[in-house]
Amino acid sequence: MASGKEQAAMAYWKENVRLLITLLIIWFAVSFGLGILLAPLLNNIVIAGYPLGFWFAQQGAIYAFIVIIFVYVFRMNTLDRKYDVEEQ
Amino acid sequence: MDLALTTYLIVGATFVLYIGIAIWAKAGSTGEFYVAGKGINPIANGMATAADWMSAASFISMAGLIAFLGYDASVYLMGWTGGYVLLALLLAPYLRKFGKFTVPEFIGDRFYSKPARVIAVVALIVASLTYVIGQMKGIGVAFSRFMETSYEVGLFTGMAIVFFYAVIGGMKGITYTQIAQYCVMIFAYTIPAIFISLAITGNPLPQLGLGGTVADGQSLLNTLDNILVDLGFSQYTIMKGTTMNMFFLTMSLMIGTAGLPHVIVRFFTVPRVRDARLSAGWALVFIAILYTTAPAVGAMSFYNLINTVQTGEVGAEEGNLAYENVPGWFSRWEETGLLGYEDKNDDGRIQYYNDDNAEFESTAQSYGWDGNELTVDRDIMVMANPEIAGLPNWVIALTVAGGLAAALSTAAGLLMAISSAISHDMIKGIINPRISEKGELLSARVAMGVAILVAGYLGLNPPGFAAQVVALAFGLAASSLFPVLMLGIFSRRMNSAGAIAGMLSGLSFTLIYVFVFKGWFFIPGTNMLPDTPENWLLGIGPQSIGAVGAIINAVVATLVSRATAPPPKEIQDLVESIRVPRAA
Repeated sequence: MASGKEQAAMAYWKENVRLLITLLIIWFAVSFGLGILLAPLLNNIVIAGYPLGFWFAQQGAIYAFIVIIFVYVFRMNTLDRKYDVEEQ
Repeated sequence: MDLALTTYLIVGATFVLYIGIAIWAKAGSTGEFYVAGKGINPIANGMATAADWMSAASFISMAGLIAFLGYDASVYLMGWTGGYVLLALLLAPYLRKFGKFTVPEFIGDRFYSKPARVIAVVALIVASLTYVIGQMKGIGVAFSRFMETSYEVGLFTGMAIVFFYAVIGGMKGITYTQIAQYCVMIFAYTIPAIFISLAITGNPLPQLGLGGTVADGQSLLNTLDNILVDLGFSQYTIMKGTTMNMFFLTMSLMIGTAGLPHVIVRFFTVPRVRDARLSAGWALVFIAILYTTAPAVGAMSFYNLINTVQTGEVGAEEGNLAYENVPGWFSRWEETGLLGYEDKNDDGRIQYYNDDNAEFESTAQSYGWDGNELTVDRDIMVMANPEIAGLPNWVIALTVAGGLAAALSTAAGLLMAISSAISHDMIKGIINPRISEKGELLSARVAMGVAILVAGYLGLNPPGFAAQVVALAFGLAASSLFPVLMLGIFSRRMNSAGAIAGMLSGLSFTLIYVFVFKGWFFIPGTNMLPDTPENWLLGIGPQSIGAVGAIINAVVATLVSRATAPPPKEIQDLVESIRVPRAA
């Protein structure tokens, strides 16, 4: 029984870490990728008055960060229920 | 009603509100004093975190920085918001599950080591105290400028207010006060921003207005790019520094944000682990309202300023504003010394251009210009905004109240982190573990009082290096606390030797790198290399080095822990337990 519980805890942690890595890759891509490294290139595209690289650096990345955290909250709540570890 | 009276009334009303909240939320136990009894609603906590986080620098200085740096100021926008992703995903839920009072306490328990706890306390106090000096200066300056009192009177009033609500209410009082301060702050920031956006682009949403079109049918950003090039500056929307430095500065600010103890501890105050996750999301939403508005405020007020002085075509005889025709707000800000005009070529007109640009020099000479004549303090961009947009006095007064709310809320959060580190980690944790709850509560209040006095003293006699140290506060938090907190959660194998070696190596590397360029302990003249990009390691400036310090910390900690014995079984069990929201 104890080992079953341990296995469940390990599986929960593994899924958690996989989710973290995915979200952190997106976090890196929108800020450092689109906002800094690719910004000069993206600035050639202008949408709604914004050069795109500039937009990512001063607006877009911040909106993406918010979405990342709320996706994380939602997915973790689902994960907590799946492994029956959510708090009462 | 005249401006001074309106300002007194509005600022006075906010102070009454803060004090009333403190009396209502008086802390009765150490749990209430340190972590507000762990009973704060996650949305409310998000709002308090946002106020805690957004300092006088965010409120007053950031838009000005953006105005003068353009695209390059994105490091602050992304750095100071992206850190919340790290905080939400890597620290907040686990530290909440650990469920105690302070950041050094987690480090002490997780690494079963008093020295580790003491190092964490020292890093916390150095980072927080240096940061608080800037807030105290902000309080003094905002007060003296608008209430027409001396800097000292402003500072003492601010200290008295913080003293009252922080000492009585502790974290509980601070939290509810910060919620009120957030509301004051965000109204004060967004109302003028909406009006200025409406006036310039016809769009009431500043976030969209920044991409909008101005009177001549061109887009605002495009127009700014062109005007700046015409005046010998670089384009607004392109990178002026190096990619490498920008990359590392953004990274340092992100990791530093996630490592600042007064922000981390806010996630100890919510009831459950899932509230800690959610609360980080709300904090970022509330922060983003101001942070996505700031680029518009920066660009639009800068556009307004240039348009005011550059009335006609660049280079035309009548192209520049005649000094006798300056608007009222111009003269009012001249009196404060934050806006300066010097008629170098005696033509009675205001020339504003980049006189550092050698290529532009011949053009300037052909226009009969004899150097830049307008000096602008970046900080006036937010404070003068309502006046420039011609808004009524109560909006100007609200801006003052907002600036004070920003400085007071951050000061209170920092002082809270300092006092709990002293009373809980040093006095109860190390010096006298048998202290009673009542005794600890008293010592927490005394520590808070002393911390306010020290901060006030430093506000009155700011060390010459105060401005540089603020950047250092982030570097210190990034290179000392964040990596070991994260490794303590994500590596079961991490042990006390690794954590201590990691913190000391990250911290000393960052300090030494900064001192080499800024002078040993910031003493002028003792720097070993000039602080210019050619001398920087791989082009990474001293402000950006915290990220490298954090990497060194993590690498050293991992290597040392692999070479030494693994942590005891009960510590490995502790790590297992903080990874799961509900105790098995």
